[in-house]
Amino acid sequence: MSSLIISILTMGVIAAFFAYGLSIAQKKFRVEEDPKIDEVEKALPGANCGGCGFPGCRAMAESIVAGKSKPDGCPVGGQETANAIGKILGLKVEKSERKVAVLMCRGTDEAAKIKADYRGIETCYAATIVQKGNKSCSYGCLGYGDCVLACNFNAIEIGKEGIPVIDREKCTGCGMCVKACPKHLLELHPISRKFFVFCKSLDNGKTSRANCKNACIGCKICIKGANNEEIVVENNLSKINNIEILNNEEAMKWVGKCPTKAIGFLE
Amino acid sequence: MKKLTFKKGIHPKEFKQITENLEIREVPIPPRVIIPIRQHIGAPLIPVVKKGDRVKTGQVIADSEAFVAAPVHSSCTGVVKNIGNYPTPISPSDTCIEIETEEKEEFDFDLNSNIDYKSLSKQEILKLIRKAGIVGMGGAAFPAVVKFSPPKDVHIDTVILNGCECEPYLTSDHRTMLELSEKVLKGLKIIMRAVEAENGIIGIEDNKLDAIEKMSQLVINESDISVQAVKTKYPQGAEKMLIDALTGRKIPPGALPFNVGVVVSNVGTAAAIYDAVVKNIPLYRRVLTVTGEALENPANLLARVGTPFSFLFDYLGGFSDDVTKLILGGPMMGITQFNLDVGVTKATSGILVLGKRKRKKEFNCINCAECINHCPMFLIPTKIVRFAKNSAWDKAEDYGVMNCIECGACSFVCPSNIPLVQWIRVAKARIAEIKKASGK
Repeated sequence: MSSLIISILTMGVIAAFFAYGLSIAQKKFRVEEDPKIDEVEKALPGANCGGCGFPGCRAMAESIVAGKSKPDGCPVGGQETANAIGKILGLKVEKSERKVAVLMCRGTDEAAKIKADYRGIETCYAATIVQKGNKSCSYGCLGYGDCVLACNFNAIEIGKEGIPVIDREKCTGCGMCVKACPKHLLELHPISRKFFVFCKSLDNGKTSRANCKNACIGCKICIKGANNEEIVVENNLSKINNIEILNNEEAMKWVGKCPTKAIGFLE
Repeated sequence: MKKLTFKKGIHPKEFKQITENLEIREVPIPPRVIIPIRQHIGAPLIPVVKKGDRVKTGQVIADSEAFVAAPVHSSCTGVVKNIGNYPTPISPSDTCIEIETEEKEEFDFDLNSNIDYKSLSKQEILKLIRKAGIVGMGGAAFPAVVKFSPPKDVHIDTVILNGCECEPYLTSDHRTMLELSEKVLKGLKIIMRAVEAENGIIGIEDNKLDAIEKMSQLVINESDISVQAVKTKYPQGAEKMLIDALTGRKIPPGALPFNVGVVVSNVGTAAAIYDAVVKNIPLYRRVLTVTGEALENPANLLARVGTPFSFLFDYLGGFSDDVTKLILGGPMMGITQFNLDVGVTKATSGILVLGKRKRKKEFNCINCAECINHCPMFLIPTKIVRFAKNSAWDKAEDYGVMNCIECGACSFVCPSNIPLVQWIRVAKARIAEIKKASGK
């Protein structure tokens, strides 16, 4: 019986000693941290996707509170998150539109020609190293889905036509797919913009046409009748400069004029 | 007697009997040649001719001021039809010069010149090598003059001629040694003079006994040159492995052969150097093996640079229907081609036309360590690939992925058919990208 009491007492004394030690350490070595960081972190989506450029939401919160990043720096949270963070920090947040990823290529299995039977590692990056991929067009989408793997929000999948289809509702605009694409075909654009040149080929018209039905062939039909600043053709490729005139009837005219399907609206 | 060799490596089936007894045939002048202006590792060249210009055989058509470069010469007499982008063996689109050829040839160099190389100084020899646009003809295409100009504090004591030709199928170096043996030997002497080396060794794999015999007879009266037989094993022809086998010197990671006092050159390069220095002929044609089971008449050919592959196949009578793969170079390290319109380059040692092959399914790694047992660079391919698959590029670099010579031994022995070398190449490209982005 006495041995039981002795052991209980001994453990009790040791526990009391350590508890006292810990309570002193807690006061003495306390790291002063801005309570705002916790609040900002709570306001952030918590997906730890890395779209902001930081390893996770906590690091982003620290950066925002320290004033190194802007309150609307989180591409995923969008306007609501930015407003919430602005409220916590007492900052005014400018209104910005949600951005989503857009694939700048319409080189579907049906439209784009295949130059070789590729039997290697099935990622776009690995295929690009071997003679720039198995499609005839060396600028086009290969469809092995590096962007699908990069997306943390299941917003991209390879569609029936063999190129990625982006779910514009799920896409948060974090930009991970933009970094993953070895052909640099994905771009972030405001969600209201639906009118694009869906081609990145810098080949001359003859080659582009031979390689892909939907390629921009640099024929310059689209710039006829348009102001010089609205749309230009550089390096065999159309480029829309004036974003203000999007989605209007004038844009519709260009879609009608384009002999391929390079210029058009998002479906 | 113990055979000279290196540690590890593999023994692929050779397939050399298809062409090893066939004499080198000269290919007629094709109606047009497509000459890529990037045929070497180093600074890019600039075309020095214009569209519509008439060029003679051996005339310089692209050159650069840079040191690490080798000029490109016209391989035919004719008119420049176009300068533009064409597919080349290494890229789907690169600047090439297309020349429409004429049957009657005019030469830009003196056909009767016969210079005594012993009267030339070191600098004069290097100048002539540079002028002739000589590159390493084993496949890497590194400008020869750069290789022969080591830093001033380095002393080269040995020149090794690489006659191993360890890649299966290829026999162009073998035939070069048999038919152009005098040129090869004199080329070696010129290189030894250019780098002021005391010894010359010709290393030949022991599956080419006739070549060993022929070269040995030639060097019988030379006190400073020897012919050594090395064990037939892949990759015996890689310069690090050959130096190890012949001299026992080990090249540290990241170092080059001159760090251990050695220069390695291909036998074909030596023959070209003889032509360049003594006969004043630039490098405008080369010996290559066109072989493979899908080809009706395999052959060893002497073809002009820029000769389209399609012309070579027509000349040889075409290939059968079950052709599935066209490889430039050997089957282990060659580059797969998708186009028959690409032209022969200075580095084309062979064209391989493979027939039907079963597509191998990839399985998971079973940790058998076969790749580790056969890696001649003592790397751990399976581990590197595991890092590469998980995008851990820094870890892959720690495990020495940059030292990989991409010989393909690991992929060859892998029982799970994992494309190890391709993953390693992905890792290498990614690491280079990251380094470039961080500005190192």
